[in-house]
Amino acid sequence: MGANSRNSARVVLESSDISRALTRIAHEILENNKGSKNLVLLGIPSRGVPLANRIAEKISEFEKVNIPVGSLDITMYRDDLRLKPPRALAKTEIPEGGIDHKVVVLVDDVLFSGRTIRAALDALNDIGRPAMVQVAVLIDRGHRELPIRADYVGKNIPTSRNESVQVLLADTDNNEEIVTISAGQQ
Amino acid sequence: MKKHLVSASDLTKEDAVLVLDTAKELATISDRPVKKLPTLRGRTVVNLFFEDSTRTRISFEAASKRLSADVINFSAKGSSVSKGESLKDTAQTLQSMGADAVVIRHGSSGAPHLLATRNWIDAVVINAGDGTHEHPTQALLDAYTIRKHLRKNEGDLSGIKVAIVGDILHSRVARSNAILLKTLGATPIMVAPPTLLPVGIENWNGEYSYNLDDVLPKVDAVMMLRVQQERMNDAYFPTAREYSRNFGLNAQRLKRMQEHALVLHPGPMNRGMEITAEVADSKNSVVIEQVANGVSVRMAVLYLLLGGSNSEMGENSL
Repeated sequence: MGANSRNSARVVLESSDISRALTRIAHEILENNKGSKNLVLLGIPSRGVPLANRIAEKISEFEKVNIPVGSLDITMYRDDLRLKPPRALAKTEIPEGGIDHKVVVLVDDVLFSGRTIRAALDALNDIGRPAMVQVAVLIDRGHRELPIRADYVGKNIPTSRNESVQVLLADTDNNEEIVTISAGQQ
Repeated sequence: MKKHLVSASDLTKEDAVLVLDTAKELATISDRPVKKLPTLRGRTVVNLFFEDSTRTRISFEAASKRLSADVINFSAKGSSVSKGESLKDTAQTLQSMGADAVVIRHGSSGAPHLLATRNWIDAVVINAGDGTHEHPTQALLDAYTIRKHLRKNEGDLSGIKVAIVGDILHSRVARSNAILLKTLGATPIMVAPPTLLPVGIENWNGEYSYNLDDVLPKVDAVMMLRVQQERMNDAYFPTAREYSRNFGLNAQRLKRMQEHALVLHPGPMNRGMEITAEVADSKNSVVIEQVANGVSVRMAVLYLLLGGSNSEMGENSL
């Protein structure tokens, strides 16, 4: 990021807000799918994985059943691989039972261009054939570049393109909040 | 990482660990129904093999195909090389065909280096074994195999002792392994009769010994090198039988090794010569697994050298 001194950071969600948003998402997932049968949650690394785990915990709290959770690394399916130096890969862990004929809920922290979800759909395609794929995100910040939408949104945050949205989670960052950083005039 | 992989010394410790970590993730795709990733779609990998090879060529071919690259296989036999075409002309032909990576195996030490440094081609050069010089992807797959068994597939190899036994003098596998093991924090111990240790072995990064039985009890892994049939008549050792008795790995010797110790062999094995069938098929032997790991490691190398933007990598960056 350029002119660091002119960046202004703003906290838009605090830890308790995040927790409430995830609780609502968990309820909506159950409501939409009429229960937890056939559900599989797949988090997209890095922040999507702890989020998927938390949603799964909440679902098992409400429904008293454990639902399968895994992770889906999409690095090898990105469309901007050639624009950046090669990235290290993250873990892909498909829960036992696979994803065939299941309702797969992809979980990520921020929905922006939609390209990550596009890559995730391609990755799923190579792993199996789910009955349905849904998308849950903590933040939808707009600026879609592909015809993709989220089924479950924690919070819509209107942003400008020069802003960045940072999700900090206790599991990965020792701190929990959502911050938008505006890069200022360029 | 540098642009090319010519020598194991092109890799820093961070690079080497990155390759191994990447290989670990890529290994999981062999369990999937679709064993393919779209990452290198539209890229061309040329396997330029001036010397015979089965497993290395097939391994590179499988790795490239699993990443969706187009593969062109070239072997010196039946090509214009047999009509006397030079390496430079061959390289320029590949350049004009749009090769993005050239995997080269050559009988002459230094051929990959020449290809990488002479500006004949823009492609990434990956050394698949040159003369008696180096074979870096073999060293990477050996390190991967050792790490998987002895370090839970994580981090480096610090504290691990590896005996490399056999024809050190002519072995590109030994040379690359000695360098990479050291980079990863392990201690390589070269074991061979004095005639098969290179001059200046004392300056290599590691220990050496003329006595296999002294070394075996203290190592965590032993890497047996193939005795190359073509060296048999060159009087490096009196008879094959004597070599086998002094430097071959048999069941008695295996018993004297630590229980967790691994037995590796780059293949092809001469059963009964440097390794007995009993040892080759024992539970300590990871020879078959090495082949599978070779594909994952080569996928990792191809991805890391070809998957990103070239401009950001290597000496030529910016």
